[in-house]
Amino acid sequence: MRHQVILATLLTLLIGATVWVTSLGKVGIYSTFTYGDLLYSSWAHFKMVFIAVVIATAIGVPLGILVTRSGLEKLALPVIGGASVGQTVPSLAVIAIMAPLLGFGLQSAIVALVIYGLLPILRNSYTSIKTIDPAIIEAAKGMGLNRVQIARKIELPLARPVIMAGIRISTVITVGTAELAVLVGGAGLGKITLTGVFAREALIILQGAAPTAAMAIALGFLLEQVERWMTPRGLKQA
Amino acid sequence: MIRLERVIKIYTDGTEAVREVSLEVGKGELCVLLGPSGCGKTTTMKMINRLISATSGKIYIDGMDNTSIDENELRRNIGYAIQDLGLFPHMTVGDNIGTVPALKGWPKAKRRKRAKELLELLRMDPDGFIDKYPRELSGGQRQRVGVARALGGDPPILLMDEPFGAIDPITRVGLQNEFLKIQQELHKTVIFVTHDIYEAIKMGDRIALMKGGRLVQYAPPADLLYRPKDEFVAGFVGADRGLKGLQLIRTKEVMWRSPPTAKPEEEVKAGRERMERQGIDWLAVIDDEGRFTGWVVSSNLERGQKVKEIMSTSAIVATRNAVLSEALSLMLTSGLNVLAIVDRHNRLEGVLTFQAIQEALREAAEEVTV
Repeated sequence: MRHQVILATLLTLLIGATVWVTSLGKVGIYSTFTYGDLLYSSWAHFKMVFIAVVIATAIGVPLGILVTRSGLEKLALPVIGGASVGQTVPSLAVIAIMAPLLGFGLQSAIVALVIYGLLPILRNSYTSIKTIDPAIIEAAKGMGLNRVQIARKIELPLARPVIMAGIRISTVITVGTAELAVLVGGAGLGKITLTGVFAREALIILQGAAPTAAMAIALGFLLEQVERWMTPRGLKQA
Repeated sequence: MIRLERVIKIYTDGTEAVREVSLEVGKGELCVLLGPSGCGKTTTMKMINRLISATSGKIYIDGMDNTSIDENELRRNIGYAIQDLGLFPHMTVGDNIGTVPALKGWPKAKRRKRAKELLELLRMDPDGFIDKYPRELSGGQRQRVGVARALGGDPPILLMDEPFGAIDPITRVGLQNEFLKIQQELHKTVIFVTHDIYEAIKMGDRIALMKGGRLVQYAPPADLLYRPKDEFVAGFVGADRGLKGLQLIRTKEVMWRSPPTAKPEEEVKAGRERMERQGIDWLAVIDDEGRFTGWVVSSNLERGQKVKEIMSTSAIVATRNAVLSEALSLMLTSGLNVLAIVDRHNRLEGVLTFQAIQEALREAAEEVTV
């Protein structure tokens, strides 16, 4: 409950700040962005994040689970290590490197965001299976469940909340990283923030940054609810 | 029912876990695999349901080579209970117990009925527990559900790997007794792995004592205690085998049925006469319904006129199925040399005297050594 109050307060402050700057109309010699601009950029930002997270999920979840299977376990280290490299490189660098490789445009931005957002999903998918109590799997085997039944009835339901947490973390990170997409020709709220940077006007920076933060908080909260909903009843805290 | 023929397990790293074990377990028998950790007992057990594959040798179940049966089919007909339980946390107690029935394609209503039956059998309130989740249960309750789940598909064979290992000693003794009672009804063929000699003696019809992957002695518990085959067995059994022999005898076998009693309203004088006639220094006090309430002891006879004035109430009792070691320990806490044996409703069924315990032990030892 307290957690929710803090989030709601933050969200109100951020949206309030955005509305305030927008209503100023002019900051120094610069006009502030209009509500129309804000809406357009927010939508573009969200679309970019959404596409990137969907792709990262489509790659990360199956791959993370796949490397827990016997016979493929040797691949776990290189795969997760590889994804980690993607995230140790500063986000700016990952994005910047895409321009010479894939040219300017949305595609470069999305590829960079996928690379950057993949690790949490991949790692959580992997650990979600790996941390299941081996006694549970042994009992299931001993009772005559085959591999498919164990995966479907035991492993996936138990892994679901952890995988979902990975997707949530990745989404929140990607909302932030997407600010930089504008550098390689992407769209989004980064355009507003960057305009503020070039104009050396803190309030315009705020006009881009505040809605971005609000989006990260809102999406994080939303996905937390999904996570809770996906958690099997027997695993929930009383 | 189960026959192991020169079974060997050598792991790929060269560890010889099981070296030529041959063993036969009859239908309805409870065979304990006993030994120090690393002796190969668990490996031996897991080769029966093929969780571990044997390197060489054959295992027959009901005359059928177990490698000729589909492994999952085989396992669905062999109940499996392990120390760490492995209850499925996202499934209710009912669904956990219904795992194998579900695999066998039983309809939902039948699975639920079966789960309730088994909860009842393990003395858990079926309606109160069937929809609970494992995390809502105590340790002892979880162990019960673990056993119930192993019995779920009504398999003729049960494999139990230290099933009562992870609980406190008092709960463990209770569960052991209940399992033995259930076993008397169900007559499953059971392979029971433990490292606890007391548990082995109490539970086993036969004990297979293992060491370093070999079967050292395979015999009924009394033989193991009183006729150890070699130094290792004698050492494992321990010097206090007399004490361990107490695990072999149940109170009902040696208790004094219809012992002398007294009623609270009776005159002490009548009671005194009864004690002198029987040559004892106690009387069990029972109420009108036959429920045990306490003791009259000879040293207190002078303190009043009526039995109720001189009796000392006592709640320390045992049931007829308790083994002598449990009964003796209760007797010691009571400070008397006699213990009341009661039924479920606390009605007096008999008394157990210290002399009776001594005699029973002497007889047990003689029987084997003759």
